[in-house]
This record gives sequence, C-alpha cells and structure tokens, in this order.
Amino acid sequence: MTISIININYNLISSIMLEESMSILNMILVALGYLGFFAVAGLFLVLMERRVAAWFQLRVGPNRVGFQGILQTMADALKLISKELTGTVKADKFLYNLAPYFVIVTALMGLAVFPFTKDIQAFDINIGIFFLIAISSIGVIGILLGGWASNNKFALIGAMRSGVQTISYELSIGLSLLTMILLTGSLQLSEIVEVQKSGWLIVQGHVPAIIAFMIYMIAGTAETNRAPFDMVEAESELGAGFHTEYSGMKFAYFFLAEFINMFIIAAIATTVFFGAWLSPFGITESLPWLGVFWFLGKTLLLVFLMMWFRWTFPRLRVDQLLTLEWKYLLPINLVNIVIMALIVWLNLTIQF
Amino acid sequence: MERIIFYILALMMIVAAIASVSSRKMLRSVIYLLFVLAGVAGVFFLIDYNFLAAVQLTVYAGGIIVLMIFSVLLVHHIEMKLEVAKISKRISVALACIIGAGIFIVTIYSYDFNVIGKATTTTTAEIGKGLLSYEAGGFILPFEVISVILLAAMIGAIVIAKGNKLESNNTETK
Repeated sequence: MTISIININYNLISSIMLEESMSILNMILVALGYLGFFAVAGLFLVLMERRVAAWFQLRVGPNRVGFQGILQTMADALKLISKELTGTVKADKFLYNLAPYFVIVTALMGLAVFPFTKDIQAFDINIGIFFLIAISSIGVIGILLGGWASNNKFALIGAMRSGVQTISYELSIGLSLLTMILLTGSLQLSEIVEVQKSGWLIVQGHVPAIIAFMIYMIAGTAETNRAPFDMVEAESELGAGFHTEYSGMKFAYFFLAEFINMFIIAAIATTVFFGAWLSPFGITESLPWLGVFWFLGKTLLLVFLMMWFRWTFPRLRVDQLLTLEWKYLLPINLVNIVIMALIVWLNLTIQF
Repeated sequence: MERIIFYILALMMIVAAIASVSSRKMLRSVIYLLFVLAGVAGVFFLIDYNFLAAVQLTVYAGGIIVLMIFSVLLVHHIEMKLEVAKISKRISVALACIIGAGIFIVTIYSYDFNVIGKATTTTTAEIGKGLLSYEAGGFILPFEVISVILLAAMIGAIVIAKGNKLESNNTETK
C-alpha cells in the first residue's frame, strides 16, 4: 500500500520534474538558436556593409576569403577574439568591462519579439512595440558607461553626444510608431501582422503612414548612431568616440551590437509598415515557411537603405542634429498623429 | 521554476541595493541602482504585468538612470571617491532602515493575500480606458492633475533654461 503511494508520488514528481526540465531545455535551445542567429546576422551585416560601401565607392570590397568574401568577417572575428585586451590603467575596471554587455544584451533582448513567420516568434508579449522601445532606451546606458569608464576625454564627449542624440530621437521613434498603432489598435506584434492581411499598413494609412515611415527611418538611423548622424564617433573629431579605449572582443561587442541594432530598427519597420512575414499580394500564402524569406528580404532591403544613407549624406553638426529633431521632426510627428487619428476616425483607410 | 527565478531576482536586488548605498564611487552606485530597478521590472514580468514592467524599464531604467548618469558625468571625475560617513550617522541610518523594513514586513504579513487561480494579463487597451474613464474607479482626475503638473514642470524648465535671455528680452521691449 505505502509502496504504491510512494510509487505514485514518485511518478507524479518525476513527471513534473520531466516537464520542468523539458521546458528549461526548450528555453535553452531557443536561446542558443537566437544567439547563433545573432552572431551570424551580425557578421553577415558587417560583410554587407563593407560590400555596399565598396559598391558605392566603385571599389571591389572584400572578395578573397571564401566565395565572394563570405568568410571575411568570420576571419576578422577570429582575429578579434585572439587579440590582446588592452585597457587604461586609471579606468574604472568594473564599469569598463560591464559596458559592452549592456549594449549587446539589450540588442539580443530586442531580437526575441520579432515574428519571423507565424510560428517562429520566441516571445509574443502583449506590449510588443512598447517593449522594444523600453529595451532600446537601456542600450544607451552601455555607451554612456563605456565612454565615462575608459577615462578618456574623447570617449567621454562621444558618450555624451550619444546620450543626447539617443534620448532626443527616441521620442520620434516612439511617436512615429504610435501613429501606426492608431491603425492596428494593438501593441502585440502578432496582432499587428494580423491586421496587415488586408493591406500593409503603409498602404492602409497612405499619406500619414508614409510620413511616419520617413520620420521613423531618419530617427532610426540617428538612434543607431550611424552616418549622417554619427556624431558619437566622428572620426575627424573624436578618434573613435566612446569605444576609443576598447580593443579585441570588447570592441567587437560594440561593433556587433551596432549592426544588430540596425537590423532591429529595420525589422521593426518591416513589422509595422511592411507586413512582416506577409508576402506581397499574398502570392506565397500557401507556403507559410516562406515567411522567413519575406521577413529577412524586406528587412535587408531597409538595412540597405540605411547603408545608402550613410554613403550619400554628409555628417550633421550637433546643433543641426538637435534642431532637426526638436524643431522639425517632433512637430511634424505630432501633427501627423492628429491627421492619422482623423483618417482612422473617418474611415479613410485603404483596405483590400 | 518561477519560484527559482523570483529568488534569483530578489537576491540580485538585495545585493545590488546594498552595494548601491555602500559603494564609494558615484557612477557605480547609479549602476547598482539600475540593477535594482531592472530587478523590479523582472518581478513585474514574472507576475505578467507586462505593461508595468515596460513602464518601469522606460521611466526608471531608461529615463531616470540616464538622467542620473548625465549629472554624474557632468560633475564627477573618475578618480574622486565619496566620503565615508561618521559612525554615529551610519548607526542612525541603519536603525531607520530596520524600523522602516519592520513596518513594511508587519503591514505585509497582517494582510492575508487571496490566491487567485486564474491570472489574466491587463492589456494596454484596458489601462487606457481606465485612465480616461470618469465613472467609479476611473482615473481621469489623477490623469488630468498629472498632465497639469507636467505642463507646469515643462514651462519651469524652459524658463530656467532660458535664464538671462528671457530677462534681456523683457528689458529690450521696455
């Protein structure tokens, strides 16, 4: 009798334990998958940046390591791993070492919420877009810390510039996304995609949506500290900006995070404006796994657009940068929200 | 599982909070405080209050901590260290903390919490409607009061930032 009860108990416990450990194993596998994607995407984007830059400057770019230079960035990463980690003597060692992780962890957390297809989405949180904005506001802390803790004047100035820039442009990102939220009525990314089955939001919202998209791309480029808004690491003025004192793998973390942030900005735009994994006109609706292809394709197209910006526009001065945000983008954005609200209210959206 | 995560978060918060008040480097204290605030956000995520967690991250971790870091960056040098307080002060602070913690613990344990089996997450739409409803249990009055306070703060900030410029403009028109 007692033996059987113990046996039942044991079975119960073991089944619970099994379930628990399975869920933990599941989590670890998903996390490893995202880490792998993070590394591969980062390396690929660096290669893409170099090839695109070369193309714009009528050069060839890296094309020797592997087919068309595919393994070039892999080799660079190996070099960076094996490099000596240098640091300044009078730096605040704890914060100096902590800073890259802030940047890279926030970038990784941002990746988790994107719907790559209907089924591939790690974390379908009901405040999706708000979560992304919240996470991106923490990344800047890493840059500020890195700049301050390396005890270098150039790094400090770079970090301060970055802080000012990110805080200002975050506002525009939030407001331009809010304009689109008026159309979807939900912050959850999977529901935002669901709404777009009757036309991508940039089509549904027509004029105000296009304005919002333009503001979003400008602000997104500024938030990732890329040219023409790369005041943070303006080579001619600041050396390398906030990561002047970093070397080896820690430098690579900053570098990788910058590219992943660019990917995240483009992926948010894909999800909110261009229907995420939905194919144009529903041409591959019967093959849902092709969603990954569409999602990545649209995202890379937007990434290409950001690279195009970089090699087209000259760098802005700090005061021009702030004037652009506070005197132009912000008022336009506020008016745009009112127009979008009117359009939604009067049912003037275009739906198929 | 959730229990383990809760204890990890709680341990992190307690350690970071103690480190925050005992560290002698100003920016390190701020970062330890950031860990405490992020831990609170983590607890909110754990109990499925996603909105509150994101607000915690944007307002406290993203806003206030960045503001603090900025002020530290402006006034503090990396080689400076904070003074160590006198022993009498330290003892009085410790006593105040113990009394405060005691009051909290007594209040928490005197209330018997009902365990609700089904937990539902609050959606943003519900929160928005709650903020704007003027029926019983609505939050329209505090919402409006806060917006007036924010407006006053903004005007105040503009006046302070303009400083002398504002006065010189006035004298010119006279």
